[in-house]
Amino acid sequence: MYKLLLSWRYLKSRYIALASIVSVTLGVATLIVVNSVMAGFSDEMHKRLHGILSDIVIRSHDLNGLPDPEWHMDEIHQLAGDDIEAMTAAIQIPAMINFRDNIQGQWITQPITLIGIDHQTYSGVSDFSEYLLHPDNREQLDFLLKENDYGRGKKDRFPVSGWARRRVSAEWEQNAVEAPSDSEGIDAADIPSSPFPLIDDSGVEGQGATIAGLDGQISGAPGSTGDLDVPGVPFQSSNEPEIVFDPSSEQHTGIVLGISICSVRGRDADGEVMDYYFALPGDDVKVTFPNTGQPPKAVSDSFTIVDLYESEMSEYDSSFAFVPLAKLQDLRGMVDVQSGVKSVSTIQLKLKEGADLNAVRDKLQARFPIQQFGYQIQTWRDMQGPLLAAVQLETTILNILLFLIIAVAGFGILATFFMIVVEKTRDVGILKSLGAPSSGVMSIFLGYGLSLGTVGSGVGLVLGLLFVDHINTIAGWIEQVTGQEVFDPTVYYFNQIPVIVNPLTCVWVVIGAIAIAVIASILPARKAAKLHPVEALRYE
Amino acid sequence: MSSAYELAIEHQAVSSTDQKNQLHPRLLKSPVVLKATGVTKSYRKGKVEVPVLNGVDIEVLEGEFQAIVGASGSGKSTFLHLLATLDKPDDGEIYFEDNRIDNLPAASRDILRNRYIGMIFQFYHLLPELTALENVLMPVMIHHGFMSYMLQRRKFRKRAKELLDLVGLSHRLKHRPREMSGGEMQRVAIARSLMANPRLLLADEPTGNLDRAAGEEIMEIIHELNSAYDVTIVMVTHDLSIAAQADRTVRLAEGRVESVSFQS
Ligand SMILES: Nc1ncnc2c1ncn2[C@@H]1O[C@H](COP(=O)(O)OP(=O)(O)OP(=O)(O)O)[C@@H](O)[C@H]1O
Ligand SMILES: [Mg+2]
Repeated sequence: MYKLLLSWRYLKSRYIALASIVSVTLGVATLIVVNSVMAGFSDEMHKRLHGILSDIVIRSHDLNGLPDPEWHMDEIHQLAGDDIEAMTAAIQIPAMINFRDNIQGQWITQPITLIGIDHQTYSGVSDFSEYLLHPDNREQLDFLLKENDYGRGKKDRFPVSGWARRRVSAEWEQNAVEAPSDSEGIDAADIPSSPFPLIDDSGVEGQGATIAGLDGQISGAPGSTGDLDVPGVPFQSSNEPEIVFDPSSEQHTGIVLGISICSVRGRDADGEVMDYYFALPGDDVKVTFPNTGQPPKAVSDSFTIVDLYESEMSEYDSSFAFVPLAKLQDLRGMVDVQSGVKSVSTIQLKLKEGADLNAVRDKLQARFPIQQFGYQIQTWRDMQGPLLAAVQLETTILNILLFLIIAVAGFGILATFFMIVVEKTRDVGILKSLGAPSSGVMSIFLGYGLSLGTVGSGVGLVLGLLFVDHINTIAGWIEQVTGQEVFDPTVYYFNQIPVIVNPLTCVWVVIGAIAIAVIASILPARKAAKLHPVEALRYE
Repeated sequence: MSSAYELAIEHQAVSSTDQKNQLHPRLLKSPVVLKATGVTKSYRKGKVEVPVLNGVDIEVLEGEFQAIVGASGSGKSTFLHLLATLDKPDDGEIYFEDNRIDNLPAASRDILRNRYIGMIFQFYHLLPELTALENVLMPVMIHHGFMSYMLQRRKFRKRAKELLDLVGLSHRLKHRPREMSGGEMQRVAIARSLMANPRLLLADEPTGNLDRAAGEEIMEIIHELNSAYDVTIVMVTHDLSIAAQADRTVRLAEGRVESVSFQS
């Protein structure tokens, strides 16, 4: 009883000791913040990775090769039908995309990963459709250009796109083609570089300047250089008048582009985060990819952007482009001429909730042995293993470092406690003269350490949780005060710092901190317990 | 009685029967509460051994008020600490109610100090963080575990208040030691020493730090304890007028009992 009372009274009367545990408090708070942010990040990453990659992917080693996907899917169904929720076949090949930048009018060529998908089943295996910008496409993608309305519910200030854009664009090009000689005398600066402002509600001025690497030349207005092949109007030359493609009412095969292929994220003059689009739904692009020939030849075709894909994973957003599977199979010659059997390059599975990923993968690996089929069968975790492991490692190392900080705090507690024991020497003598056993004296100081640790880590816990709760507000303040970007959405593709508070982690952090405080008070407490009562009583 | 004790008596040239006869008549039938025989104690200062006590014998009867006097540095406090089992003698034996206590294990000595022997000191030795009431409750808090204390705490608090009332401090229950005068602190210390209802009260110059008036108040309380409540008291003092009020006064000099005198 007296132990509790005295520990409590010492705690109340020795605020200086509280100072010694400020480091415990800070350590606990930082640990909680760091863990929450790291957990938030990795959870967000898991979600996105998992959303983009289906549960299990069967990939042929050969680009041309997994013939007769229907047969494979039947086999898989027989093997693990109970666990499978959805299945789709797709082609994934490297490709080049080529389109005209509607800011500068220059041609942009980029490497991409071209994915041929069966739009009926593809969204069943991943969150693919959720990442599309047009609300109708999010319901069901059909590779057809929509009137407008892109970005509704996802992005405000999204530029005019779709048919609305395409018609204006076509008309503008038409004018440019019809009167090439008229424009020759006109100063280049008078020709608008594009019929559209990049962002529907903000000025064009200054935007070009903020985009790194793009100088302010405006000479490349579409149509002003007659020798360039104008996309979207490939057959306009009088040599082939019989095929008339009217870009204002017709589209090429649809393509869904990863948003970073045709946009960059930067800041406008006011420092607001802003996306700049080089191409938008409604524009035409050219895609070049290898066919199945020996050796492969490059095949090109025109596509019309029907939507953009934003998963917020820059790796995917900057490389994925989706086209209809059948079209890609045709273009690449993946249809066997005699049998009519078509090939794909991957089969993707989505498993039912709670199904064992690895077990299904192992079953499939046993059914399609690598020696015989040469397929790579992986779960999404396998595919992103190194990334997930890196994040995990980072978290572990940070935790160790921060715990070292708390351990350092432990030494502070040790020193403070030794002082307090010296200061309380006479009290120890008094207690012993009243018959308190050494163990009782020791537990007073251990209890003192325990209560300090509890208070310190409790306050740390509260601070940490408050910080986590308001982390985005705090980041905003810090930005205002220091002018330094704390969390740059242009880098991370999240607009907010994601956080997840794991109660178990909090509990462990608090327990660890309390344990350190108690351990640090053991030595001083032993010293107090060993004091000789007579000497302690004589102590002045 | 041991031979050592007899030796000491011889040295004083007073026979045992004479001693008894000279004690207050009310004590004649009293049993011995505390007895020390041939107690020696020396402190080691580096290589030099400083002898403090060289064979001290005393005997305290139940209900007796015994004073120990002696020059400063004669080892009075040291001796009292030995009687209270706060320290162990180098040699000699100490008996409390016929049980040898100087060589008891630590746990038993703790219990002895906690429940059987009360102590008061020159510098009061109250715990500064606790109120008067809590200081008085300290012995029972040490005695009882949390649950046991909580269950009986009404009873304990009532007793503690009664004791503080006895020493005239019922209006200071919630005061901290630094908010009280020396006399008040000493009265709290007395109340604390009585909390466990001890059979023996050891006092080390309880008035040494007080002015005459406060000292007299303390002595009045101690006398009342002795006469009205029959508490056996062994008190170290400098003040010969206080010693004169004792049933028996033991004078220590050069680590021995120099003389024993009785109240006239
Ligand atoms: N821890 C110690 N180490 C060495 N010598 C000590 C120690 N404690 C006490 N002494 C010595 O023992 C002797 C007796 O001390 P003690 O305190 O018992 O005297 P005292 O009779 O109580 O004196 P006073 O009347 O001044 O209180 C003194 O000479 C003192 O110096
Ligand atoms: Mg003394």
